[in-house]
Amino acid sequence: MFVEMLFWFFSAVLVISGLGVIVARNPVHSALWLVFAFFNSACIWLLLEAEFLAIVLVLVYVGAVMVLFLFVVMMLDIKIELARGQFVRYALVGALVAGVMLGEIYMVVKVKALGLATFATPVAHPAGYSNTQELAKVLYTDYAYPFELAAVILLVAIVAAIVLTLRHRVGLKVQDVRKQVAVKAADRLVMVKMAPTASDAEKTP
Amino acid sequence: MITLPMVLTLSGILFAIAIAGIFVNRKNVILLLMCVELMLLAVNFNFIAFSRFLGDLAGQVFVFFILTVAAAESAIGLAILVVLFRERRTIHVEELDTMKG
Repeated sequence: MFVEMLFWFFSAVLVISGLGVIVARNPVHSALWLVFAFFNSACIWLLLEAEFLAIVLVLVYVGAVMVLFLFVVMMLDIKIELARGQFVRYALVGALVAGVMLGEIYMVVKVKALGLATFATPVAHPAGYSNTQELAKVLYTDYAYPFELAAVILLVAIVAAIVLTLRHRVGLKVQDVRKQVAVKAADRLVMVKMAPTASDAEKTP
Repeated sequence: MITLPMVLTLSGILFAIAIAGIFVNRKNVILLLMCVELMLLAVNFNFIAFSRFLGDLAGQVFVFFILTVAAAESAIGLAILVVLFRERRTIHVEELDTMKG
């Protein structure tokens, strides 16, 4: 009963923050609402006993992806009024499409023949159960190749993001390591031979 | 107790909100990306719910991969957005019409 109440509470807050994402006037507020939505989702995932993924959602999404979003939103100077033209008209269309889609999903969920409602709620795992350990056992055996592919995808993403945003500005004073390494002593130091000369002080006596 | 239709309905509501968000915020690319993130979250809810109620950890593995790919996607998407803004000084969808015939 308590778990169910928690679920309703987090669901209500999640739906409200989801609405906040799409109706907020300022993109920064949208991003912050999205952070809140991710946080509530993590709480619901905890209730569904997906503890590892709940933590990953908070760490990766709230900690990295949303910070990236906020960074970009604040870096790009966006005119808010321009971005919100004809709000009411498209709100009606959007609400219509969303309503139809929601009705369809609801019909699928509620249909008796699929028997989704007859799924018994599984018993909670005992106190010593480690979701992370169980997930790791599957991930490193059955899904070892997809796991490595995921690592490659992340690497490609890093390289792509850096290459896309890299820019070479002219007239920038930077070190050229290649030249620094290839330099010889003769390039830096010149030995000059010159005849000895006497100073005025030595000449006078 | 939490039942399967409860979680699926919640995920459906979240998905519908994200769809409405794409219609409402169709001028702003950043908000479109955020709505896509919200959709991915709704889909992840389905995977986690079925993983829990069928007692199969494969669903959670899939969520793990979806999170990975979504993080890569948003990193590249935002990088493209930054480059676009640098070139055109705008990210409004209606002004990005260079490829219109």
